[in-house]
Amino acid sequence: MASHVVSPAGRPTDTQTRTPSANRRRRDDTRLALIFIAPAAVGFLVFLIWPLIRGIYLSFTSFNLLTPAQFNGLDNYRRMLLDPVFWNALKVTVEYVIINIGVQTIVALVIAVLMQRLTRSMVVRGIILTPYLVSNVVAALVGLWILDTSLGIGNQLLKLIGIGPIGFFSDGPWVIPTIALVNVWRYVGYTSLLIFAGLQTIPGELYEAAKVDGSSEVQMFFRITMPLLRPILALVLIISIIGSFQVFDTVSVTTAGGPVNASRVLQFYIYDMAFGRFQFGYASALAVALLIVLVIVSFIQYRLTRAGQTDLA
Amino acid sequence: MTTLAPAEVPTSNPPAVTPAPGHKRTSIGRVIAWIVMALIMVVTLAPFYWIIRTALSSNSDLLAHPSTPYPVGFSVDSFKRVFGWQTGDAAIAAGGSGQSINFWLYLRNSIVVACLVTAGQLLFSAMAAYAFSRLKWRLRGPVFAIFLAGLMVPAIFTFLPNFVLIKELHLIDTLLGIALPGMLISPFAIFFLRQFFMTISTEVEEAALIDGASKVGIFFRLILPMSVAPLTTLGVLTYITSWNDYFWPLMVSYTDSSRVLTVALAVFKSQTPQTGPDWAGLMAATLVAALPMLVLFLVFARRIVNSIGFSGLK
Repeated sequence: MASHVVSPAGRPTDTQTRTPSANRRRRDDTRLALIFIAPAAVGFLVFLIWPLIRGIYLSFTSFNLLTPAQFNGLDNYRRMLLDPVFWNALKVTVEYVIINIGVQTIVALVIAVLMQRLTRSMVVRGIILTPYLVSNVVAALVGLWILDTSLGIGNQLLKLIGIGPIGFFSDGPWVIPTIALVNVWRYVGYTSLLIFAGLQTIPGELYEAAKVDGSSEVQMFFRITMPLLRPILALVLIISIIGSFQVFDTVSVTTAGGPVNASRVLQFYIYDMAFGRFQFGYASALAVALLIVLVIVSFIQYRLTRAGQTDLA
Repeated sequence: MTTLAPAEVPTSNPPAVTPAPGHKRTSIGRVIAWIVMALIMVVTLAPFYWIIRTALSSNSDLLAHPSTPYPVGFSVDSFKRVFGWQTGDAAIAAGGSGQSINFWLYLRNSIVVACLVTAGQLLFSAMAAYAFSRLKWRLRGPVFAIFLAGLMVPAIFTFLPNFVLIKELHLIDTLLGIALPGMLISPFAIFFLRQFFMTISTEVEEAALIDGASKVGIFFRLILPMSVAPLTTLGVLTYITSWNDYFWPLMVSYTDSSRVLTVALAVFKSQTPQTGPDWAGLMAATLVAALPMLVLFLVFARRIVNSIGFSGLK
């Protein structure tokens, strides 16, 4: 969903001139506030914090869901380090993220800049966003059909120009790029609208001034748009990379991790371990590994992007 | 950032745009830019056309004419298969799996889950946002900060333990079990609504207080009605997200009784008949599953499109 940056807003609700009666009411607020936040607080503790703690605990156990979890120390982690499927899953996931985010960000940037320079039409923006409205499952099924080896229109068109057929979902080296591109189709419009929103914060006078000075569109892009967009682009990248690492739906519907392990991304491996083999302990350890990867990625990005913040005073 | 700098910006504005006196700029660059934009829109929409084209074709003709750009062997049998209006034998003859699909049940399930999640999340998040923006209490700041930190817990990490919890609550394979984790809290929704509540002038509230209204009354009769717009936006987005959810319902539902459309679609796909996939049926099902959200989008397009941005940034 849309992004979230905490603005230290806190507007001054305290108006010094307050009647004594209003004051008394204010003091009563604590009880009311507790009641008002109660449902959210229960949800927060039960479905966010407790699972976080429990997930970490389960990663140190052997647990098959039927009998109580048995503490087994670092066994799961030792196993993980020696598990070639895990390392492969990590590799495949990173490969997916790089292709997915690389293509998506570039295309989204192109779309956003084009929209900024050409039109503010709601229809155009609506069309661009349409794929975002369907589920990953729908996107996956359409991709599967269009890129089907024998009947898919994609391969039919390739045949016209003398290529293929390509086993987009069945040929090892192709599956990850294919899945990455299917998801680019679904998310690129959303990403481009985020960037477009960021572009709106750049004052138009800058472009006019540049034009008077005789800058070309390309120069304006590199000298004005990119530098001023940097903080927002960084934010978009963080959000989309974290989402991208959690890819599951498309893999589950199209290849189920195959052929062999070519598309067994981490999240799918975790699911398979938990629900295919009922090794919840090991699956939890894998989830911790993914969590650590996400924390590291966010941290690196945060550091990298902090460095050159806000050029727009 | 440097990694991105050499982006292949095929904005394709060749230096043709150099300041010419004809400032109306119907330059070549602009024409090319529009062509690129049009291409992007075609690529965006083409799969939707292909779904419709396939859904309206018959499987045998699809085999013979895979690349004809319009429906081949026009028929609506695939939709009949999806809605369960075709007998098993007829379905098999038409290239279906012949297994029954309780489409209407899945549709109902999807609607129930999405409604539960949306209603719960809106109400409870609005209440919390009110407490965090309009009520005075000691730990308001710290508690809000803790809630916000919840945004950073990746969803993937809570799935497995939440599944164990839902199992312990004996809610596996129930609609409530699917809806519950999303119903109570969304740190984002709280943040989003709090931002809005803070913009509502305090004077109205003070006036109502002096008139003897209670804080609870103010929330329900003043704040909520004044926030219809952001609540609608948030509600529509939540509904769509919940409707499209796949991973969590996949874990929790085992039988038809709690199966939602996304999961049903995947099951439908996995029931490939001997003769090969029932593409016409599958695309019909895909279309029918996606349609409600596309209609919702059509109705709320402006709101949804405008909501995408950095609400909290500037």
